[in-house]
Amino acid sequence: MIDTLALTHIPPAYDAFRDEVRSFLQETLKGMSPERRARSWMGFDPEFSRKLAQRGWLGLTLPTEYGGAGKGAYARFVLSEELLAAGAPVSAHWIADRQSGPLILKYGTDVQKAFYLPRISQAQAFFCIGMSEPNSGSDLASIRTRATRTDKGWILNGSKIWTTNAQHSQYMIALVRTSGEPADRYKGLSQLIVDLSLPGVTIRPINDMSGDAHFSEVFFEDVVCPPDALIGTEGDGWAQVNAELAFERSGPERLYSSVVLLETWLKYCRQRGLAGAHTTAALGKIVSWLAVLRLMSIALAGKLDRGESPAIEATIVKDIGTEIEQAIPRLIGDVLSAEPSAQTDVPLMRTLSYLEQLAPSFSLRGGTREILRGIIARGLGLR
Amino acid sequence: MDDLLSDSLTRLLEQISTPSVIRQIEAGGSAKDLWDSIETSGFLDALVPEAQDGAGLGLTEAFPMLMAAGRFAVPAPLAQTMLARASLAQAGVPAPAGAIALLGQMPTTEPGAPLHAVVPFGRVAEWLLTTIDDQAYLLPLTQGTQFESVGHGCLSVAVRWSTGLSEMTEARAVPVAQEDIESLAAVSYAAQIAGAADRVLEMTLDYVNQRTQFGKPIGKFQAVQNQISIMAERVWVSRMAAQLACQSEDWRARPLLAAVGKARTSEAAAIVADISHAMHGAIGITEEYDLQIYTRKLREWRHAAGAETYWESRIGEALLWQDGTALSFMCETLSA
Repeated sequence: MIDTLALTHIPPAYDAFRDEVRSFLQETLKGMSPERRARSWMGFDPEFSRKLAQRGWLGLTLPTEYGGAGKGAYARFVLSEELLAAGAPVSAHWIADRQSGPLILKYGTDVQKAFYLPRISQAQAFFCIGMSEPNSGSDLASIRTRATRTDKGWILNGSKIWTTNAQHSQYMIALVRTSGEPADRYKGLSQLIVDLSLPGVTIRPINDMSGDAHFSEVFFEDVVCPPDALIGTEGDGWAQVNAELAFERSGPERLYSSVVLLETWLKYCRQRGLAGAHTTAALGKIVSWLAVLRLMSIALAGKLDRGESPAIEATIVKDIGTEIEQAIPRLIGDVLSAEPSAQTDVPLMRTLSYLEQLAPSFSLRGGTREILRGIIARGLGLR
Repeated sequence: MDDLLSDSLTRLLEQISTPSVIRQIEAGGSAKDLWDSIETSGFLDALVPEAQDGAGLGLTEAFPMLMAAGRFAVPAPLAQTMLARASLAQAGVPAPAGAIALLGQMPTTEPGAPLHAVVPFGRVAEWLLTTIDDQAYLLPLTQGTQFESVGHGCLSVAVRWSTGLSEMTEARAVPVAQEDIESLAAVSYAAQIAGAADRVLEMTLDYVNQRTQFGKPIGKFQAVQNQISIMAERVWVSRMAAQLACQSEDWRARPLLAAVGKARTSEAAAIVADISHAMHGAIGITEEYDLQIYTRKLREWRHAAGAETYWESRIGEALLWQDGTALSFMCETLSA
């Protein structure tokens, strides 16, 4: 059965760090429109990532010998939630910092760690995750991209799609087949770190419905990757990917995707003195949901800090967290349009509109709702 | 200490709060034997300070005991009497013998007119700790009162006293804050919902693993797994929300945490009850099958002390009338 989560506190020792992050963000993001802030971990700004790196806030949990700050999961949680709630454009470094760094730390050779981790901490290496392919979405184990071992290294052929930030990243951690056939499913999969500047790599950004191009299609044509492109153990790719998912699914970015809208609407209500029954009830519903989910996410951060891999528990937090993220634009939209005159606040309406358009992606990225619920059912002993 | 206490309370409740006892009391039978066992066990003074012969637990430590009251659908105000006794001990008032129900505030009546209110657990309590115009009172529920059940098998009853407050000789004014009574009531039902929801999930998992259709247990079907996942998520949220509501070193509940707890558990109560019945099919709605004992409680406790929108509005107002961001409100006010 699934482990129950004990309520965990972020120790008060982190309050000073939180204050420091807040005043940095207030200064650095001054004048940025709510609509841009609403992009948050889809907002790409390498300059901003470098500013964080200068403060030592990238690779916060990586060991100091590899250029990290050697801090724990609570520090990372505090930093992450402040960045997300402020709508900081963190997308450039987000994936490297959240999961590629910890993955390399866990499975990498000394040489790989010494090469990649300092670059991640200095915002010099941005990563994307190559999982989905044109014919392999939720059925990830059916991927066909193949890496063949030769004396020159790994020869890579195939393609990835929906890869967030591929067009902006130096590296991709790709899940590829290194032996067997697609019918072998989980067996024969491995992870490679692919240098995206290598000959034979073609990246084509895909426009999304909100007018951005945050993801891409990536083609590999006889790309020659060096022998040490393999990360971890050949054939263990599936297990490695699953260990990574606890990091990918448990964090505050699975709760806070609509928080910029919440903060913008809250300010608007205060300015206009709107405190009707619909407004207060919707506001209370949203923050009480987020407060409880936040505690669940903190409890998971505590487990990750103790070296546990709470994959099923993280799945629960992601599934319900994204449900609330998606409910926020719906609830706020209803209250705003209960009062048609409110629609004159264009920046607020544009922020709402952006989130209404993008919200369906919240329960697609990082594993669809249907897949997550299958994992939960397995945790409950039904499969 | 608190684990030992809650384990031994669980063992006691397994013995005394069985489905047959619950059925009998809900059908109008006396709760006296049940209550005598609870009273002699000493658990009612778990939150009373040690100096006053209690166990001196804080609300945080008492959380598993409050949840157990829900898990076993105890047909008497066990959790409420524990909390009422703690507040009376703090006020220096000796607790009366018998079960105590909680109600944040009495409906307003004309001065001197007979009092009336819907009282959760009113059918099986002897006292009501409540407030009239910001003054707290212990009102007798035993003499000169009429009870009308608000639903089949409900222990919540509409109570009509025969007199106004001034003529009610047994009523006692007590120095307890209205906010404390209301928050304690909310916390008690939040924890009970978390406990009952957990029990209902267990029963539902057992059922879908056993019941076979189309040649396999129905739990193997994706549509069923999808529903069960939604339910399990609500059960988890309920537990965390109720645990948050109980964050306090002493007996006193923090009002906004109580609000979060009661809001989220109340919403979950209806969803968990609905899905558990959908999964059980027709057998679940029979009198004979035990599921309904717990799902009827989920619905009753959702209403007790206010459902989700009532508490959400409180939280929304509190946030609206201060200056900080929603995030700082969550970190500073809605956190443990």
